[in-house]
Amino acid sequence: MSSTPLVDRHEHGHGGAHGHRHPAHQFDSMEQQKESSTLGMWLFLVTEIMFFGGLFTAYMVYRHMYPVAFAVASSTLNVTWGAINTGVLICSSLTMALAIRSAQINWRKGSMLFLVLTMLLGGAFLGIKAIEYHDKFVENHVPGNVLNQPFDFVLENAHEAAAAARVDPLYQRHAEIFFSLYFIMTGLHATHMIIGLGVLAVLLFYTKRGKFDSEYYNPLEMTGLYWHFVDIVWIFLFPLLYLLGAHTH
Amino acid sequence: MDTTAVARAPLGTPETAYERPSYLNSEYGWKSWLFTLDHKRIALLYLISVTFFFALGGTFAAIIRLELLTPEGDLMGPDTYNRVFTMHGIIMVFFFLIPAIPAVLGNFLVPIMIGAKDLAMPRLNLASWYVYNLGGLFTLWAIVNGGVDTGWTFYTPFSTTYSNTYVVPTAIGIFVTGFSTIFTALNFIVTIHRMRAPGLSWFRLPLFIWSTYATSIIIMLGTPVIAITILLVAAERVFGLGIFNPKLGGDPVLFEHLFWFYSHPAVYIMILPAMGVVSELIAAFARKKVFGYRIVAFASVAIAVLGFLVWGHHLFVAGESAYSATVFSVLSMLVAVPSAVKVFNWTATLYEGSISYQTPMLYALGFIGLFTIGGLTGVMVATLGIDPHVHDTYFIVAHFHYIMVGGTIMAYLGGLHYWWPKMTGRLYPGFASKLSALLVFVGFNLTFFPQFILGYMGMPRRYWSYPPEFQVLNVLSTAGATILGVGYVLPICYFAWSLKYGAKSGDNPWGAVGLEWDTPSPPPTENFYTTPVVTHGPYEYTREEVHNRLTQEKEASLV
Amino acid sequence: MTEHQHPVTPVSTYVYVFLALLVGTGLTVVAAKVDLGWASTPVAMLIAITKALLVLYFFMELRHSARMNVLTAAAGFFWLVLMLSTFMMDYGTRVATVLPVAGK
Repeated sequence: MSSTPLVDRHEHGHGGAHGHRHPAHQFDSMEQQKESSTLGMWLFLVTEIMFFGGLFTAYMVYRHMYPVAFAVASSTLNVTWGAINTGVLICSSLTMALAIRSAQINWRKGSMLFLVLTMLLGGAFLGIKAIEYHDKFVENHVPGNVLNQPFDFVLENAHEAAAAARVDPLYQRHAEIFFSLYFIMTGLHATHMIIGLGVLAVLLFYTKRGKFDSEYYNPLEMTGLYWHFVDIVWIFLFPLLYLLGAHTH
Repeated sequence: MDTTAVARAPLGTPETAYERPSYLNSEYGWKSWLFTLDHKRIALLYLISVTFFFALGGTFAAIIRLELLTPEGDLMGPDTYNRVFTMHGIIMVFFFLIPAIPAVLGNFLVPIMIGAKDLAMPRLNLASWYVYNLGGLFTLWAIVNGGVDTGWTFYTPFSTTYSNTYVVPTAIGIFVTGFSTIFTALNFIVTIHRMRAPGLSWFRLPLFIWSTYATSIIIMLGTPVIAITILLVAAERVFGLGIFNPKLGGDPVLFEHLFWFYSHPAVYIMILPAMGVVSELIAAFARKKVFGYRIVAFASVAIAVLGFLVWGHHLFVAGESAYSATVFSVLSMLVAVPSAVKVFNWTATLYEGSISYQTPMLYALGFIGLFTIGGLTGVMVATLGIDPHVHDTYFIVAHFHYIMVGGTIMAYLGGLHYWWPKMTGRLYPGFASKLSALLVFVGFNLTFFPQFILGYMGMPRRYWSYPPEFQVLNVLSTAGATILGVGYVLPICYFAWSLKYGAKSGDNPWGAVGLEWDTPSPPPTENFYTTPVVTHGPYEYTREEVHNRLTQEKEASLV
Repeated sequence: MTEHQHPVTPVSTYVYVFLALLVGTGLTVVAAKVDLGWASTPVAMLIAITKALLVLYFFMELRHSARMNVLTAAAGFFWLVLMLSTFMMDYGTRVATVLPVAGK
């Protein structure tokens, strides 16, 4: 047994850009390798669900405690920007899916085009987010000691302010909790977008060099899963943050 | 890797004149270790890191016990004491107990036990070790600069607003280390699902694999929650937010909920792999199939699931609603059922077994006793009527040390003694190792049993001084800790010694069955020379085999 | 290996899903502008869940995915729901009680 050479088990990964591909040494087949990485990605997304889940839980608890403050604070967010951004993100999900599809049909140029479009849409989302953040900075709706000016939440409509104060005398302080959660949730979402853009840039580079084709496009598919997941997070963030107090206006 | 390694093996001493190729001699030099993708080498890297943090956490424990030798605070003041017990807790929980068994024994054994060449993602595995050490560096930096005084639980608003210590660097350290745990768990789940050898169906898996799998699920679902919680604490501290600060409308109880949503399952992250190790040890040294194999396997999954639904019992006195407290109390008692199933099944395995009292078995038997005490007192404190009286007393301290130290560390050491010949191909001295098992068992009980009594008498935890009437029991506890310390130092010494001077163990020194013993010790880089085909379940010890082996052992001992 | 990979989805499918998601977004905005009382949040969540399922099923290719991946995704969302509901088990059953203070 001890003298058996190990050559049988030596097959090194990756292989060339074209032609027959070999799995990494720990796998027996390309199929096993692909199945493993897909399952790994889904497991990673489960950790992401629970990561954002902690924030959604905090949101739920505070909204349960301070419903009025949350509604009035939410109503100062810009629904139009939020809705446009939702559309932008959904559109980027479409282009991401098409980028993968292009690789599946060996259309390298198309894959590159859709990756660039996805990145542009992702950039547009972050740009709009930056405008919204800027508005909040100007309005002094930034909680804590981030800015020199303290958090200052005043409802323009005096009648509405009186109504809120009747139910929740400390509604301004509780609105600060809403904005704390707003900035952390959208901030972490944006962080995920930025990471996604970085990965897309790497993929664009590899696609340009012809690393992916109908036989091997797994990295594209995995990044797609991540990108769509970030989209799903936003699908929940949008109504929860922006539309809470919409009917009062 | 290449067969020329045989030629390069040092010549001269008769025992090394011919050395078989193994993962240890396939490559040489520090680069071959620091950039290795071999799960076995990464396991050894983890062993070094984890041992370092264990020694550090143990040093803090020694300082605590020294301070509590006398009622007065004559070694240090309250501020220093707060930092010392906090650092003890943080290091032991996040840098030793949680990674110890999965990252060292699990990393080494999971691929071998399922007949795979490596984990599914070797690079991620190596990354996890680096990430672990990075998190450790953040925490060490905080320690060097003066430490943290919040307790390992980081309760708000003290941690976010009032503490003047290094909360944020420590929080970053724990956040980063969480990733290393997630990487390992993700790797295990994918590997166990996708890379089992032909014929190795789920109910042919060793119970260590079942419990590692269950642990990995807890890690995947729980760790992200502590990550976000700790991020919120850091954000609150840095940006002055009020999420957990009642002065600003926040709810500190929400922090406790989020914290324990992870940190109670974290107890099962510590104890489940330990249970897996004990199942292996009991079967190997009783020469019997584990009684009720399937039930024990399912019990691991049941503990993982139920373990998530009991965290509320940490909040009985924190303002949780009475309804919620009742439900959590009932659920907490429910999790005792699968745990008890395991204890009963191990005991039933021993019945009519051909028991040999080797060192690993001594640790395993110690585990059963100590875990039972820890578990039963757990049921006590899960009771709504008892918890308010003993909450935050030494009763709790004793209870969780019986689980974490008496359970996890006993099993970890038992596993290390069992698989040490597998990992290194060397034997350690028999007498010294049996002595260490005895010292650990006696020292542990002497340290922590008096703490049950102290807590029941009302001595609160986390104080640097105490009324003089508590001194006798505290002196006993400190004396026990000294014995325990000797019991821990001993294995470190003889394991290191055995690396160079230990006798060659042969491939299967215990005569145990299992895929990991079907390959040479230490195993070759690719684990198996040919992919094993599994035709039967684990622990298939036939009566003749047992008889033959026992006769052989007897003959050998007579010579 | 190609025979093991899932079939290429027609562009039209992706576009239809995209349009459905846009309609869903519009619907959720409209529903929010109308005062639905207690039902407003459930309606918003129902729309969001439907949208998320569309993304999961079509864009994330769960319909062609191994059963284990579907199970993993389901377990993740199930655990989130479990977390939300067990937290509400406490916060939803809190009763503000003022206990009499001794000596007063």
